[in-house]
Amino acid sequence: MIELHSIRKAFNQGHDNEYWALDGIDLHIEAKKVTALRGPSGSGKTTLLTIVGCLSRPTEGRVRLLGEDISGLPERFLTEIRRRRFGFIFQQFNLIRGLAALDNIILPAYPTGRPRRELLDRAEELLAGLKLGHRRHAKVEWLSGGEQQRVAICRALINDPEVLIADEPTANLDTHLAGEFMGILEGLAAQGRTILLTSHDPLVVESAVVQRVVDMRDGKLLSSPR
Amino acid sequence: MKLWLAKQRYLIDFTLASLARRKARNLGLLFVYIVLVFMLASVTLYTHALRQEAARVLAASPEVILQRMVAGRHDLIPPGYQERIGRIRGVQKVEGRLWGYYYDAVTKANYTFMVPAENAPAAGEIIVGPALERARGLAKNNGISFRSYSGKLHTFIVAEVLPQASELVSADLVLMSEASFRAFFDYPAGHYTDIALSVANPLEVRNVAVKLAAALPDARPILRDEVLRTYASIFDWREGIVLALLSAAILAFGILAWEKASGLSAEEKREIGILKAIGWETGDVIKMKFWEGLLISLTAFLIGFVAAYVHVFHFSASLFEPVLKGWAVLYPRFQLTPHIDGVQVATLFFFTVVPYAAAVLVPIWKAAITDPDSVMRS
Ligand SMILES: Nc1ncnc2c1ncn2[C@@H]1O[C@H](COP(=O)(O)OP(=O)(O)OP(=O)(O)O)[C@@H](O)[C@H]1O
Ligand SMILES: [Mg+2]
Repeated sequence: MIELHSIRKAFNQGHDNEYWALDGIDLHIEAKKVTALRGPSGSGKTTLLTIVGCLSRPTEGRVRLLGEDISGLPERFLTEIRRRRFGFIFQQFNLIRGLAALDNIILPAYPTGRPRRELLDRAEELLAGLKLGHRRHAKVEWLSGGEQQRVAICRALINDPEVLIADEPTANLDTHLAGEFMGILEGLAAQGRTILLTSHDPLVVESAVVQRVVDMRDGKLLSSPR
Repeated sequence: MKLWLAKQRYLIDFTLASLARRKARNLGLLFVYIVLVFMLASVTLYTHALRQEAARVLAASPEVILQRMVAGRHDLIPPGYQERIGRIRGVQKVEGRLWGYYYDAVTKANYTFMVPAENAPAAGEIIVGPALERARGLAKNNGISFRSYSGKLHTFIVAEVLPQASELVSADLVLMSEASFRAFFDYPAGHYTDIALSVANPLEVRNVAVKLAAALPDARPILRDEVLRTYASIFDWREGIVLALLSAAILAFGILAWEKASGLSAEEKREIGILKAIGWETGDVIKMKFWEGLLISLTAFLIGFVAAYVHVFHFSASLFEPVLKGWAVLYPRFQLTPHIDGVQVATLFFFTVVPYAAAVLVPIWKAAITDPDSVMRS
């Protein structure tokens, strides 16, 4: 699905504080599988997610999506790929405050111009699937952390992407909620979505849902795929 | 096309929702904006209407007025003067006019006493303008006394009150018969205040003036076109003063708009980052903000302009009276004829909306091009 070849990523390149967050990553993320990135803080997990998810471009190396080289594409095309093929579940959820759950969920579909009715129906369906239908008109800041995350998951799914990307999805949840999240993840994996996540949490990386764990350190992979 | 429309509708929806979410701030900005448009529109509507009014009034006045000068001052026209003008080509009519000012100690106002060329009232009767009607509580068939400059009291019956057609000039008129006028001001028989000449062909007016000056070296011809120009320049000058003051306001507004936009709150920047991360293009973000700006400025423009229209044409521009009207004996309650000029509206629109748009564009553009990966680290 996604192939990374000799990816390197520098921050502040050419300045005194130049820092190579990723230093030669070769990785093949397989379709319809759940892959977890594991590693100490600062090892470059989030940075790698941003590159896979077309949120940023590698300084060196190539990214192939379904065999097509996308590392050199202009921003507009990257944005379109991101919108169509990737759904994001951020650690801080990143919902828009002041808007209702439903309105947050349909935001990624605005640039597609799909009819509103269709979007709302789909959003309701997603919310109901995560047992949050009764909260659809609640402003997101009134929701609990677990509820917010479920809204964020619905938002990630509104454009029906093949790939889901989640950064530290359980970091802001207690054990019970983290368990529920793993349940949701299992459902999503069963739908045949490709899932890439980062985590320190043993509950996540040692779960049976995760089919492959990739260890990272200092911007490199420790090659011991499970 | 349909897709494009659907997208714009989503962007506008989102914009409306964001405006509503930050009510206090946006209402503050809107208020300042409306006040600015209101002021500018009031000034331009007002001066424009005044100018029109003056032009309308002067359109009815004679092309040339001849005054006699003695020691550089306006003096009476002596008997036999009209005959000396003789026949000048192009002059249709030569008429001696009788008019003068009268200070009414009761209302502390100046009236213009005048003998009309046609339909003069009978001796002892007067026709008054609407200002007198109000100030002295006059109505048809009322009697009123004026003390003349010689100290005698003259009593007149009001035969009629003039309509309000152009109050700017006719408000303070008192029309009377020639006999009453001569008696009231002790005007010697055969003398006139000035001479009015009608010239049919506008191209001939200058020639007529030159010939008049040659035939009567002690007289001064006053051309209607020159008066018109003088009026216009007075209005322009006053408008200029007010606009100069207002330009300071525009500047302040520009700074406010800039501040508002460049100070895009951390919250707004975060939102832009989120929108970009979940698949909005830079262009979508800019368009969304463009709609926001357009909604704010159009609302402000519409409300401000309508308010100014009401202010000028229904409340006689009561806020500006001291500055804009002080140049002549004008009357407090006069109503201007409503008039809207397309070019004027366009100019106004340009000077209020464009600076705002320009002030907010750069900061928004800057925020819109931030890298979407920033939302992963917060
Ligand atoms: N915009 C940036 N500018 C400079 N340095 C950055 C930037 N973003 C990340 N880094 C650095 O790159 C390195 C990798 O960061 P990254 O966020 O990918 O780590 P991580 O593995 O996700 O860590 P954590 O587990 O704490 O989330 C860190 O040392 C970080 O300080
Ligand atoms: Mg991280």
